[in-house]
Amino acid sequence: MKAFTVSKAVTVLLLAGLVLLPLYSQLSGNIFILTLFTRIIILALAAASLNLIMGFGGMMSFGHAAYLGIGGYAVGMLAQEGIGSGFIQFPVALAASAIYALVIGALSLRTRGVYFIMITLAFAQMAYYVASGLARYGGDDGLTIYKRSDFSGLIDLGNRVQFYYLCLACLFGVIFLIWRIVNSRFGLVLQGLRSNEQRMQAIGFPAKRYQLVCFVISGTMCGLAGALLANNTDFISPAVMYWTRSGDLMVMVILGGMGTLFGPVMGAVVFLLLEELLSQITEYWALIMGPLLLLIVLFGRGGIMGALGRAGRG
Amino acid sequence: MAEPLLRVENLVRRFGGIIATDHVSLDVAAGELHAIIGPNGAGKTTLISQLTGHLSPHSGSVLLGGRDITYLPAYRRCALGLARSFQITSLLLDFTAADNVALAAQAHAGTSFRFFANARKEKGLRDAAHAALDRVGLAHRADVVVNRLSHGERRELELAVALASKPKLLLLDEPMAGLGVTESQRMVKLLQELRKEVSIVLVEHDMPAVFALADRISVLVYGRVIASGDPAAIRQNEDVKRAYLGDQHVVTHHG
Repeated sequence: MKAFTVSKAVTVLLLAGLVLLPLYSQLSGNIFILTLFTRIIILALAAASLNLIMGFGGMMSFGHAAYLGIGGYAVGMLAQEGIGSGFIQFPVALAASAIYALVIGALSLRTRGVYFIMITLAFAQMAYYVASGLARYGGDDGLTIYKRSDFSGLIDLGNRVQFYYLCLACLFGVIFLIWRIVNSRFGLVLQGLRSNEQRMQAIGFPAKRYQLVCFVISGTMCGLAGALLANNTDFISPAVMYWTRSGDLMVMVILGGMGTLFGPVMGAVVFLLLEELLSQITEYWALIMGPLLLLIVLFGRGGIMGALGRAGRG
Repeated sequence: MAEPLLRVENLVRRFGGIIATDHVSLDVAAGELHAIIGPNGAGKTTLISQLTGHLSPHSGSVLLGGRDITYLPAYRRCALGLARSFQITSLLLDFTAADNVALAAQAHAGTSFRFFANARKEKGLRDAAHAALDRVGLAHRADVVVNRLSHGERRELELAVALASKPKLLLLDEPMAGLGVTESQRMVKLLQELRKEVSIVLVEHDMPAVFALADRISVLVYGRVIASGDPAAIRQNEDVKRAYLGDQHVVTHHG
């Protein structure tokens, strides 16, 4: 029954690998791999948050990178103004993302389908141009963050290993929350709406209200990823909000498996590792990456998790 | 006379130049099974959709228990005790039968803004779901995903979902559509049981079923009610016979 499946085994291996990675990095002296995986984990967190609205909620948001920027700018701008405490920066980053999601969601959810994709994209591009216009905070060139968020000795974000584990803990925490949400009353309504909105209205659920709340939860989670990302790069620029980044996040989710708990993590790892490896081989790595992703999406329905599921059934 | 459970007054709905609902008025008394029949394209589904709130009328009013619900959204009407089944089966295909029904029960059992506890382990909801499934004879299929249910089972599940919201009035849009003979007979038997508990508006093509079940029948032709009365009266009605000319045998022979 529910015992052993291939996809479960692979997931467990992946998670164990992520937990043990700093150990490997320390033993082999390979610091680069730790930096790379810190970034992968942060983007996996963003992809997981996107998966909540896209995979479970059926809302194709094409503007998810906006939250990476908002979370990041919250940290960067506060640092610039001399407020270095993470206890202030992180809550502000989450709150700003939540408010943005509330406004954008309330407007976007009046539309459906392609229009929803377009309007979320449009808002994210607006956020991009607003950030480009912030002369005080570097404008187009971005903003260097000279000091990482300070958690007054509780945890040192400057320490690579500690920062890595903080990111990993955030990722696990968010996935745990998503797991609870998906199986809760709210989550069932959400998935019901994905499946058949008219039916859900007929049995007494006002669709928009639930979708909006989900939109806000997802945006807030992604704002957390943004705050971590800014700390990771010690830098924030409008580029993190550019629409191609939103596209990357979508690809990670689809690649890993929409509507699965660990699919986005799998997708982020594979996508970013491929990007890294291919760009070492050739400058034109995107030429290989594009068709490769196309093949996976075309022939591996349900993404990597779907393919593993099929492999498990023989 | 007591206030009717459902009162429709002068309802009008146009699609471009076509009047799909033409000043329709009808009453449904509490405890009644009121059938709406009419040839294809008579506007039956349009009428039902206005009753459930999926479509807004251009004029006229719909009252449920004396309360004006003409422009209430579908989910609010549901909360007031109006449940529907769809002509073309409309279920959550990737959910199990029990999940489909439990969600309907959940809509009427407190807030659904609960984010942490596992809803599938809420005993109240599961019990309500199994009771409704049992009612329509689907208890043994509770954990089957709807995708894998037969057409007949899906029609029964539609009913279970509607029942789970404990409605005062059940709007059934062609519950026999696409059912085989034995399945139809089961459905008629089931409706005969249900009508003891809940008032029903039944839109149906299956004339034997309608005449076997209905207390009153309204006949809709080109969006207009041309006759309304008990089955015997409708059977004798000349206008109805004329409207059904092509289908006349349906009214006379099976009756």
